[in-house]
Amino acid sequence: MTAPVKEVGAPAPGRPMLAGPRWRPGESLFRWLLLACLSVGIVFLIALLAYVVGEAWPRLDSRLWNNFPSIRRPENAGAQSAIFGTIWVISFTALFCLPTGIMAAIYLEEYADQERWYNRLIELNIQNLAAVPSIIYGILGLGLLARQLALGTTVLTAALTLSLLVLPVVIIASREAIRAVPQSIRHASLALGATQWQTVWRQVLPAAVPGMATGSILALSRAIGEAAPVIMLGAVTFVMFNPEGLDSSYTVLPVQIYNWISQSRTEFHHLAAAAILLLLVILLVMNAAAIWLRNRYARRW
Amino acid sequence: MSDPTSRPDAHLPAQQRTDMSAPGAPSEAPGGIKSPQVSFRSAPSLEAPVFEVGSLSVYYGSHEAVRDVNLTVGHRQITALIGPSGCGKSTVLRCFNRMNDLIPTARVVGKIRYHDEDLYGREVDPIEVRRRIGMVFQKPNPFPKSIYDNIAYGPRVGGFKGNLDDLVEETLTHAALWDEVKDKLKSSALALSGGQQQRLCIARTIAVKPEVVLMDEPCSALDPIATAKIEDLMEKLAEEFTIVIVTHNMQQAARVSHRTAFFTADVDDKGERHGRLVEYDETERIFSNPSDRRTEDYISGRFG
Repeated sequence: MTAPVKEVGAPAPGRPMLAGPRWRPGESLFRWLLLACLSVGIVFLIALLAYVVGEAWPRLDSRLWNNFPSIRRPENAGAQSAIFGTIWVISFTALFCLPTGIMAAIYLEEYADQERWYNRLIELNIQNLAAVPSIIYGILGLGLLARQLALGTTVLTAALTLSLLVLPVVIIASREAIRAVPQSIRHASLALGATQWQTVWRQVLPAAVPGMATGSILALSRAIGEAAPVIMLGAVTFVMFNPEGLDSSYTVLPVQIYNWISQSRTEFHHLAAAAILLLLVILLVMNAAAIWLRNRYARRW
Repeated sequence: MSDPTSRPDAHLPAQQRTDMSAPGAPSEAPGGIKSPQVSFRSAPSLEAPVFEVGSLSVYYGSHEAVRDVNLTVGHRQITALIGPSGCGKSTVLRCFNRMNDLIPTARVVGKIRYHDEDLYGREVDPIEVRRRIGMVFQKPNPFPKSIYDNIAYGPRVGGFKGNLDDLVEETLTHAALWDEVKDKLKSSALALSGGQQQRLCIARTIAVKPEVVLMDEPCSALDPIATAKIEDLMEKLAEEFTIVIVTHNMQQAARVSHRTAFFTADVDDKGERHGRLVEYDETERIFSNPSDRRTEDYISGRFG
């Protein structure tokens, strides 16, 4: 039996026994392939941002948020009504969907008997609902909320519809966060004579808050950029006033952007680009808040 | 008994260990009711037992995890459950405070009486059970809160109305942890060492003033020094509480317990393990003169 060291890739004389090839083509190729895939996303994002900033540059000033839209004079037009409309709609969306989604998640994780077929059916359907196109929710909101329940095309209808849209995502994110709380914490609490509700309220929820907050903010970021369902719900594209209540007419930034883009005069295109930047800034702020929350309240066990 | 230097002589013959029996245990009737051997002196009595287990079997789904267990747990004694892995000793322990209820497929057959009351009776509320019968787990599992809040949690959820500050100090003193943590009550319990965390968990359990403390391998995640501290604490607590401890560590069982139950696992032709109780007796007897061959093999290290 010969020593195996000699047989494996017998090194050239004069080189150390443990020397390997200086260059492994497969390794480098794979590495460059990965980098190329990554750069596709990055390059396009940078190109897009550069284009939008360039387009928006002439209109990036306080007129954007101080003025209301105008069809005749683009140099005076602004997006104040859309900014306020977005804030109104998204605030009420959060108000409606967060408590509902979190409580539904608590039921599924802490109370539901996973062996029962109906609980499994509900679970499966929530996964499916998260994949339904948003325009379908728009149709649902129009038919059921605006017409059937006669809520009209108001802030309330939009907020309720967007709540339904992001509810499955909130439920799924909250369930993940609740599931990440170690079982030993629940057992410790129950072994001390706490009821199930006390255990959930005092131990599980506080520990799950960071995860639930991050997931929920990301879900709301999705809702804030939605144009399709709110167009369906009659978000008016030309609104000269800010919403004053749940029964107000409204417009939101994505709809306003859509409207300006379809105008023929180039001044409106600059305006649209500026509004896009504004929307991106709002989204970035929300994502930053999610990351901050996660780091601030992240727990170690 | 509280002198730790007396503990390493647990393997000595019974005559030299008699001073290790529980100071708090009633001293009448050597041998007790259930114990057939009366030759040992000062054996803890089993009068007014805390738990009486009869023909207990526990199933997980259709799998019988442990079958036909009969034993009696004496008042203010330390009862050790020992045996190889998968012999069902933790399963039996979890029956005592109905933690097995949390496993949806678990089913308990047979009799467990707690002070003459059926622990699995129709009207029994598991919450009430767990307030009287506390549990300490294998891995220290303090809540991700302050030391103070960890101790105060049980009393708070139980609707405690008195002075919490006093209760926390009293409990931590009792658990011999006060001097180590009194200056950092408001800091996170997770910053403590593993041994301190486990003693905090014991303190947290006795803060609700239970009668029984169940311990499921409380030292298996700890180093020998932390283990020694917990054993000291257990001996001290036995003056006031009834303790049932599951342990893999036979020396530990010999050192701290008054009575020992030895479990083993039978493997059937499908490869499934069925735990059973082989022998239950005074610890001296189990370790010096067991009546079952399997017990002798196990404690002398010949298997398991």
